[in-house]
Amino acid sequence: MSRRRLFGLAGAGAALAGAGAAIAGSVVSRSAEPAMQAAAREEAARDPVPFRGQHQAGIVTPAQDRMHFVALDVTTTDRAALVDLLRRWTRAAERMTAGAEVSPLGALGGNPDAPPADNGEALGLPASQLTLTLGLGGSLFDGRFGLAGAKPAGLAELPHFQLDQLDPRRSGGDLCIQACANDPQVAVHAIRHLVRMGFGTTSVRWSQLGFGRTSSTSTAQLTPRNLFGFKDGTNNIKAEDPAALRDHVWVAPGDGPDWLTGGSYLVSRRIRMHIEIWDRTSLTEQESIIGRQKGSGAPPGKPGEFDPSDFAMAANDGRPLIGENAHIRLASAAANGGARLLRRGYNFVDGADGSGHLDAGLFFICFARDPHRQFVPMQRALASQDKLMEYVEHTGSGLFAVPPGVGPDGFWAESLFG
Amino acid sequence: MPRPTARSVPVSLASLASLALLAGCSGGGPESSGGGTAEGAGSITVNASDTACELTEQEAPAGKITFEIANKGSKVTEFYLYGTGDRIMGEVENIGPGLTRRLIVEAPDGGTYTTACKPGMVGDGIRAPFTVSGRANRSVDTNARLAEATASYKRYVTSQIEALVPKTEEFVTTVKAGNVAAAKAQFPVARTYWERIEPVAESFGDLDPKMDGREDDERTPGEQFTGYHRLEKDLWVDGLKADSPAIADQLLADMKVLQARVAGVELTPVQLANGAKELLDEVATGKITGEEDRYSHTDLWDFKANVEGSQAAVAALRPVIDEKDKNLGPTLDQRFAAVDTLLEGYRDGDGFKLYTQLTSDDTKKMAATVDALGEPVSQVAGVVTAP
Repeated sequence: MSRRRLFGLAGAGAALAGAGAAIAGSVVSRSAEPAMQAAAREEAARDPVPFRGQHQAGIVTPAQDRMHFVALDVTTTDRAALVDLLRRWTRAAERMTAGAEVSPLGALGGNPDAPPADNGEALGLPASQLTLTLGLGGSLFDGRFGLAGAKPAGLAELPHFQLDQLDPRRSGGDLCIQACANDPQVAVHAIRHLVRMGFGTTSVRWSQLGFGRTSSTSTAQLTPRNLFGFKDGTNNIKAEDPAALRDHVWVAPGDGPDWLTGGSYLVSRRIRMHIEIWDRTSLTEQESIIGRQKGSGAPPGKPGEFDPSDFAMAANDGRPLIGENAHIRLASAAANGGARLLRRGYNFVDGADGSGHLDAGLFFICFARDPHRQFVPMQRALASQDKLMEYVEHTGSGLFAVPPGVGPDGFWAESLFG
Repeated sequence: MPRPTARSVPVSLASLASLALLAGCSGGGPESSGGGTAEGAGSITVNASDTACELTEQEAPAGKITFEIANKGSKVTEFYLYGTGDRIMGEVENIGPGLTRRLIVEAPDGGTYTTACKPGMVGDGIRAPFTVSGRANRSVDTNARLAEATASYKRYVTSQIEALVPKTEEFVTTVKAGNVAAAKAQFPVARTYWERIEPVAESFGDLDPKMDGREDDERTPGEQFTGYHRLEKDLWVDGLKADSPAIADQLLADMKVLQARVAGVELTPVQLANGAKELLDEVATGKITGEEDRYSHTDLWDFKANVEGSQAAVAALRPVIDEKDKNLGPTLDQRFAAVDTLLEGYRDGDGFKLYTQLTSDDTKKMAATVDALGEPVSQVAGVVTAP
């Protein structure tokens, strides 16, 4: 039984739709979205996303608004215990993504002398498009579980990039789980319960909350803004572009070990933004650093957000209109031999840093068919040339192989462990 | 003691302090070893030395089994008969060199048990399997097994407090003699027995704050900071003060009140299970954080004792656990063993490294290992009360 049905909240969607219309009609609205479209989107935002399929959900799924990401270390050396956990996680993940409690007895149906199997903080909340995506880190293939021979080449360690300030307590991990949902409570509930199920088999290494998406992964989505205030992900790979997904996201037969075919790689980078410094930077300078207009997101000299950037166009002074060190130029496919990424990052604010500044930034996530061919050259160029580097600091890093989707009776990473 | 909160003290008061007198319980324990004669078969002699634990018989028929333990070594020793999951079927502590003590144990079920001598009274001891034959399929209903569980744990609590009182007396005497170095050495040893049965001690909401309170606990005006941790602060930080002997005397007096009250405690199976869980909560919040023994940094002694106490409560319930959920017992065995193994890595002589010698990696490992144990232990209450 879904949490929503249990609590009889069937009318809530209509109420929300009304609220959407009221906001859209008010003069203070910052939304350019028509009211009817907003209402439909609000309703869809509550729906479940299928857990099983050819690929794991949470990659081309239209990026949800909130994220809770966790990296775990495996504490057992017993392969059977790890496989058992993957099976139990799969059952729980399928239930929770459908909007149900973690197990059939749930929060209130068990023996009252026992702790509830589900703590219940998501009771009454809809599925909220929750997706749970599992990744496997390179350290999992160190020989503890007989996997050394199955390690894909893409899991070779990322190089040190210029200006990296990586904190080992925010980096690495044997496993990762990305939870994305349109309600932060739903995402946190899912991670919390998967972590609990893992005690004795896994232990949390690090964790990150993201409060707002910074990418759109579908043409049906508006492009959101990052904490620099710029639209982020305009040129992202979208779900509606199967050729780009095939070429840049999914691991193809022959790319590496067969178990990863249909999967992908996930790179995470915790990018601290020095937002206080940024806020003292002129609009002209900001737009020149990024290489886009702040308001529309359009390239310089162009009217529309999705107009292609013309990297050859010169300004009146003869210099390129999009600077040689502009972020958009260095990150472009043109500058990277055609390589692209599917980005799926989130804004974060982790409280304050103790020095009177917010510990804020972008939790960058991208999915790629080969991180060393796609992410590494791009990040190398950005780290050494991007003017934006004066305002950011990479404080955490992760690289994970994302197994293919879970079949009708399968479990997470079955192609590797089955 | 856990950090006091608005809700913790009243709840524990309500749950345990209003207790009826314990119904008489049969079964073996050191108290029955005084002069009683064994029924049936003759007794089994245990020749205990500093390095060996030799029994004249390695098996016996089900029922009452009598052991005569002769300590032929140079260290004070103990003898245990364990059931599955280190459930203590019977034990004798404090057998001095040259002495012989008798233990009569009720082992009603056939099966494989374990004997152990513990020269020096530390560690897992010198162990060997012991076979009890016959009556393997004794038909006992759950209620009888639960009654046996609570009686068995009651014997454990009694044995601990019987050791706690003289160890406290020894510590108090040393403090009053002004021997700071010796008192420091005795402090974590005396606390071991306290920490093993802490949930029972805590159930007396008036005694616990006096005996185990912290300096920064909220007190009613005029009430002093007393007990273990006041003496800990004197010994490690401030030096002994004019009223230190009086504080020490009060600790011993309170301990004797506790002993008298424990004799009347009757525990329910759910309280046993919750006590086992609370001991691990204590480890997580008070020991792995270095909070409790903030002056002496002897937190790992308390950590070990809390885990031993938790294991004893779980072990007492083991026959019921095995009846209701065949997977939980082996998981508990494995997770308790993992904590033991981890802690053994921090041994320093008969004791442990100080908290201040631990790195953040050490405490992270400890937290992960205790989390791994805490989850299955938290399932015990639900399993033993399941229909």
